[in-house]
Amino acid sequence: MDAIDNSILTWILLAPIAGAILIAVLPDRGKLPAWLSLITTLVTFGLTLHLPAHFIPGQPGFQFEINKPWIALSPDGAGIFYHVGVDGLSMWLVVLSGLLGPVGVLASWNAIKERKKVFYSLFMVQQSAMFGVFVALDLMVYYGFWELTLVPMAVLIAMYGRKDGPRAATKFFLFTFIPSAPLLVAILWLYAKTGTFNFTDLRVILANSTFSSGAMFWVALAFLVAFAVKVPVFPLHGWLADSFSEAPVALSMVIAGKLGLYSMLRFHVGLFPVQSRAIAPVLIALTVIGVLYGACLALVQRDFWKLIAFASVSHFSLITLGIYGFTLTGRDGAIYQTLNEGVIEGALFVLLGVLDTRYTTSQIASYGGVAAKLPRTASFFVITILAMAGLPMLNGFIGEFLILSGTFTGVSKGWAIVATITVILGAAYVLWLVQRIFYGPESPMATTQPAVDLRINEWVALVPLALLMLVMGVAPNLWMPAIEHTADSPRVPQQVQTTDAQQKTGPMPMNIAAEAK
Amino acid sequence: MNGPLYLWLIPLLPFAGFLINGILGARLPKWLVTTVALVAPAASFAVVLRAAASVYLYTHIQCPPACNVCGPCSVMRPVVETFGTWINAGSLHVDFTFVLDQLSLVMLLVITGVGFLIHIYSVGYMHDDRGYWRYFAYLNLFLFFMTVLVLAGNALLMFVGWEGVGLASYLHIGFWYQKTSAADAGKKAFIVNRIGDFGFLIGMFLLLAIFGSLSFSDIAAKLAASPGWTGGVLTTICICLLIGAIGKSAQLPLYVWLPDAMEGPTPVSALIHAATMVTAGVYMIARTHFLFDRSPLAMLIVAIVGAATALFAATIGLVQTDIKRVLAYSTVSQLGYMFLGCGVAAYSAAIFHLMTHGFFKALLFLAAGSVIHGLGGEQDMRRMGGLRKQMPITFWTMTAAVLAIAGFFPFSGFFSKDAILYAAFLHGTSGKIFWFIGLFTALLTAFYMFRLWYLTFMGKPRTPELHAHESSWSMLGPLVILALLSIGGGWIGAGRFGAFLTPAVGNNTVEAANNHLEVILSIVAVLVAALGWYIAHMLYRSNEGREPLASLPGYPVLEHKYWVDELYGAVIVKPLLATSRFVLEWIVEFAILGGIAWLLGGIMTFSGAILQRWQSGNLRSYAAWLAAGAAALLLFALVSWNTVLAHIGIHTSMAGH
Repeated sequence: MDAIDNSILTWILLAPIAGAILIAVLPDRGKLPAWLSLITTLVTFGLTLHLPAHFIPGQPGFQFEINKPWIALSPDGAGIFYHVGVDGLSMWLVVLSGLLGPVGVLASWNAIKERKKVFYSLFMVQQSAMFGVFVALDLMVYYGFWELTLVPMAVLIAMYGRKDGPRAATKFFLFTFIPSAPLLVAILWLYAKTGTFNFTDLRVILANSTFSSGAMFWVALAFLVAFAVKVPVFPLHGWLADSFSEAPVALSMVIAGKLGLYSMLRFHVGLFPVQSRAIAPVLIALTVIGVLYGACLALVQRDFWKLIAFASVSHFSLITLGIYGFTLTGRDGAIYQTLNEGVIEGALFVLLGVLDTRYTTSQIASYGGVAAKLPRTASFFVITILAMAGLPMLNGFIGEFLILSGTFTGVSKGWAIVATITVILGAAYVLWLVQRIFYGPESPMATTQPAVDLRINEWVALVPLALLMLVMGVAPNLWMPAIEHTADSPRVPQQVQTTDAQQKTGPMPMNIAAEAK
Repeated sequence: MNGPLYLWLIPLLPFAGFLINGILGARLPKWLVTTVALVAPAASFAVVLRAAASVYLYTHIQCPPACNVCGPCSVMRPVVETFGTWINAGSLHVDFTFVLDQLSLVMLLVITGVGFLIHIYSVGYMHDDRGYWRYFAYLNLFLFFMTVLVLAGNALLMFVGWEGVGLASYLHIGFWYQKTSAADAGKKAFIVNRIGDFGFLIGMFLLLAIFGSLSFSDIAAKLAASPGWTGGVLTTICICLLIGAIGKSAQLPLYVWLPDAMEGPTPVSALIHAATMVTAGVYMIARTHFLFDRSPLAMLIVAIVGAATALFAATIGLVQTDIKRVLAYSTVSQLGYMFLGCGVAAYSAAIFHLMTHGFFKALLFLAAGSVIHGLGGEQDMRRMGGLRKQMPITFWTMTAAVLAIAGFFPFSGFFSKDAILYAAFLHGTSGKIFWFIGLFTALLTAFYMFRLWYLTFMGKPRTPELHAHESSWSMLGPLVILALLSIGGGWIGAGRFGAFLTPAVGNNTVEAANNHLEVILSIVAVLVAALGWYIAHMLYRSNEGREPLASLPGYPVLEHKYWVDELYGAVIVKPLLATSRFVLEWIVEFAILGGIAWLLGGIMTFSGAILQRWQSGNLRSYAAWLAAGAAALLLFALVSWNTVLAHIGIHTSMAGH
């Protein structure tokens, strides 16, 4: 078992790459690429399930850790290490990405009709890159994976865009690539100053460092901006609506949210606790504005991809609020809500993809009365948007309540109350969307255009997601113990802690010096 | 109590029914759908009855007489059953805890009992509907959430039921979703309820901030430990909770969703929008009475909201022509009585009225449904008339309900309404005003209910082409049972009912010290009701379809329901949408943020040019780029790096200084 534990993350990283190579080598015949990538993603998902099965909640530090010298940059052994590992924060994200792999393939099953080899092999590369982002503990390795997530995304948006793919791809690439350059500079600066890319070492060194506060401010800001664009946080969300409109659904599921949110928690809050607390008031204000701004814009969108984009801005802003409130309740809620949004948006994109491929339009006004034609699609849609609107007993509620109550009790009553308005607006835009698509008299399009209800592949993709929404809403404690004991709970050296954190924070990984050898 | 009461079965049996019919219903034969749909609430009702029996056994038979001296053995203590942890994150800990005490027992008997009757009625009423299975799945789902709401031992679990019944209501109102008005009404109900839920949520955040717990027993214990603590933040908490209650129980100013909710099937209006769900706000105030008792200001607001709503809704009810709408406004008005009762700390009287109202209002709706069913879907009272001959059983049961709601002795409504009015009268100076408003509302109530009665059943048929027929016995059976309950449901008496509830809601009612006063007030109330009947009799006994009130000066105001919907549309909905579209989307999103991005894009012409070439759309060029990237990485891994990276390192470290 130890042998597996010591290599499982490598297998998870390599499996999709192997699939990508296989797809690229074998001929593009019939459904072969799709089947190959389905098998690959299922195998990978199976591998990721090894993690929660053998994860020990409460054990400090990272688990399933691998730390091997890779590229020596100086004679004393410093340089880039192949250093990977997971804690409660990243483990569930790895599993979630593993789950969304087959879901994405199934959602693309009929939607992707041409150049299947390119699509599926790039999608596999994308999977691998995402796993890499979540498990990398060496900043250079992390950066490599971070950049690698952008490339397949941009290429696939450009190739498979619905109307104007290249334009959306350019926008996406510019928005996300430009802030990555300062991130690289900041990482190299840290290396030049400390001689290491190792996350665990850096955390100790930075906590005790005497670097000028001005320099640290800029370094932390470079990290933050790169992540904030990727989340996206208001007002850096300009790329999202276009990307959602154009990207194939399999990629829309992973384009926003968890990569940036995870990176914020791990590398901004984790490495720069002092700087992130200093900038928190600004972020709290921006996120609360973003929560309402996204919701208000979602109310008036005429295109359902754009509507979901602004809804996502609202939801991801709320999660960011949970992160930068620095309460344990809020942070647990933020991590949990990141998982929830992955599940909910996964299902939502499958369903909107169903509509878009059946009726070839995303204009809401063209729809109406579709429930009579596609009753099962309508049922799944309603369940999904109820989870999104935070109906108790479905998963969205847990995260929302934890974030808002943590913010209210630990950060600011005023901001929390303002952010809570989202429960009204959030219900309004999703219910209106449901009504305009599914209810009312049948629109001319729904009457004339024949459409089949859910196909078997869509069915297989949606059922587990819907079940997860229910289970995650009823039994969050299946996930919480691991989340609660992540390797970097909001504990800050030489800093006043919130009472919240004092009560429940378990033993902290202060033995990292031992790991650092 | 001996042995567990299996409280978890009470909600989970209907939930099982929901799952079976919701997932498989479309493919199951109709008789099986019916069986599942009826067995679930019947079994749930049986569990409640068993619990009630064991409570009775414990408090009345097993309790030896000597024990009356040694302790409160003859008083039922709350049964708490916990089924594990729900949320345990950060400082928040919430369990799945169900509590059975006198209050939840009464509620459960009404919910599952009346609920079961309405299930039976629905079998006949919905028999020909294509969505038969869907209807029963939703109905069972409603019972699941409603019983969770009532049994919940903490505010968050109550919120589960609270939002859940809202969902069931949404699904039912929009049941005939192809009707635009139905879909609109469902959405409206959910969103307006969400406004209330916003208050409820803030209330819970405050409870967490102040008490660190959401468990009702914890909070009550902490309050009991500091007896002098009143007002202040407690008032804020109560007002937040009250906002929630106002939304759910359709009080001013959030009542607007309930009249529209009549778009749903009529049995649903009876169960959800009259007998049970809308009373959740009253229940919630009674459940958290230990908070409200500490805030005289909040109590006063509760009473004002209740009295104002009772009067306001009754005035609108005077002129409605749709039979269901009359009943809808009457429900809003009667809920106002219950709030008034809570506001003068007469919780047991409010719950008493909740119970009797559950009987007679369910009956009114079901009888109205029988009329609508018999007339093939006609809801306009101006086209009815003379139905007493064609539908005798519906007529007689409806008569019992009308007498009950109007408050005639010895019908159930008399006892409960009088209990509230009497408690209000004894509640200081402001109480006299509330009493008078309540009395005047009783006059209006008697009037509009008898108006409905005359227009529907008396006179001659105004639309002979509608061939009315009496409904089947599966529908009439529940009517008869509810009629018996509407007549006799109040005979237990407010005093005994209050004594039973005292352990759960406290004893705040003034003892009936002045029997004469109570009798006098009762006589006044009955006389006022009789006056209302008399006016209706004069105006409507031989009505030809004209509206005799139409010549009155205030009529257009009432006819347009004070233009409240229009006002909300103009003040809230339209400005919100306009701001979102014109200010936020056009100015902020497109002009400002888009402009900045465009400028930055212009600055990046160089990279833009590269990207344009890169995005040739040519597969080979993508492949070339990928290959080049891979080659660069390979080079990166193979060449000796010290020199290259050291250079960058020196360079960047200089940049850092």
